[in-house]
Amino acid sequence: MPESVVILDAAAIQRALTRIAHEIAERNEVGAEVALVGIPEGGVPLAQRLGKILAEIWKHAVPVGSLDVSMHRDDLDQHAAPKVYPTVIPFDVTGKTVVLVDDVLFSGRTTRAAMDALNDFGRPRKIQLAVLIDRGHRELPIKADFVGKNVPTAREEKVSLRLTEDGAQRDEVTLEKK
Amino acid sequence: MSWNRKHLLDIESLTAAEIMTVIDTARAFKAVGKRIIKKVPALRGKTVVNLFVEPSTRTRISFELAEQRLSADIINFSTEASSFKKGETLKDTARNLEALNADFIVIRHGASGAPHFLSRVINASVINAGDGAHEHPTQALLDAFTILERKGKIKGLNVTILGDILYSRVARSNIWALKKLGAHVTLCGPVTLVPKTFEQMGCRVTYDVDEAIREADIIHLLRIQHERQRKTMFPGINEYTQLFGLNKARLAKCKPDALIMHPGPINRGVEIDSEIADCGRSLILEQVTNGLAVRMAVLFLLNGGKGPQEIAAS
Repeated sequence: MPESVVILDAAAIQRALTRIAHEIAERNEVGAEVALVGIPEGGVPLAQRLGKILAEIWKHAVPVGSLDVSMHRDDLDQHAAPKVYPTVIPFDVTGKTVVLVDDVLFSGRTTRAAMDALNDFGRPRKIQLAVLIDRGHRELPIKADFVGKNVPTAREEKVSLRLTEDGAQRDEVTLEKK
Repeated sequence: MSWNRKHLLDIESLTAAEIMTVIDTARAFKAVGKRIIKKVPALRGKTVVNLFVEPSTRTRISFELAEQRLSADIINFSTEASSFKKGETLKDTARNLEALNADFIVIRHGASGAPHFLSRVINASVINAGDGAHEHPTQALLDAFTILERKGKIKGLNVTILGDILYSRVARSNIWALKKLGAHVTLCGPVTLVPKTFEQMGCRVTYDVDEAIREADIIHLLRIQHERQRKTMFPGINEYTQLFGLNKARLAKCKPDALIMHPGPINRGVEIDSEIADCGRSLILEQVTNGLAVRMAVLFLLNGGKGPQEIAAS
């Protein structure tokens, strides 16, 4: 049985999201131009939570969407076909500052696919990236604008996020050692 | 999610979970068709050969558009303009196409089992787009998708397939898919075209059309396959329409929420009354839309490599 360590508990996740939300608000003074887009699976509930916190800061609703990236991946013929999630973007991204939200930043390939996928919906004025965990091992020149926690990992370790929205008992991020 | 296949040859060998994987994936691809930019790069750099040894319009167009929307390169190969006329065998034709580095071969052929044969002699992924009277798997998948969308379930539904069952690959693929997903399947049509042997596939066979459709949730109509039958299978078209055609009087005796499906091309006034074909209970055009999504899903799933589905997180 592989050893599993909790690296963020529920309170730490909430603190990290609150801090990220404030950083987003600080960076983007005009809140009306900001939209959040979560990358399935983990990024979608995180984007919704960030949206709620930002709505309190800015005193207005913040548009939140989800963006499937599986059709834009560069490794489609190297693995069995990935699950395709729904894309829901109920707003015009053109001219907006879109904050992509993901749970874990690793190779950066998902982020690249997400930027490509987003292009099919319009031309955002800016794209920013918010992640709960940055675990290193980038394979592309991609860097997050907002990071919940930097976690040094070995390549073969596994970082997983579980949230109550997905039916978990409690929110937590775990690191599974091999 | 469960998909580890290289070819889509028939429904018979698929599991219920695999059928559901295609349908779930198709749901996402249907949404792509509603975007302003309807193209995704999933099959960029891949080459698909559409090898239609038997004439087809709607299936070929549907596959072609699906391939284009996935950004694949396409070669169309049809009987009229092909070397089959010059006496080349199917195997040699396929090997030649493979020498051009084709990644997928979509084949329609008059001989049952032609796609299976092809899958044994070449390395490309083979998709059966209809083989003789054997199977037409993407049609059954799109039909199951359409039923699920409109009825919310398939398990426990009464589905009546009405018409030329004997010569219909659509019927065979649909029976396999519907039985695997838990529907009750009733077959009805002229005695000569609906042999009792279909009971071995777990279907109910009846020759009384009113009884066959009375409790049906889905009425699936099939065209008479003139091109495949001998002239002696039933007396005439007029008699068929009288005895088995779906008209307003017959439909009035069905469940009020029974829906009508047809794989096309429809013969108005033969197996289906013109008005019924255009009414709100007809899913015929929805089937066409869903066919595109299902074919995109099948190509996407077959494009996946070997091994576990696991993708390095982010």
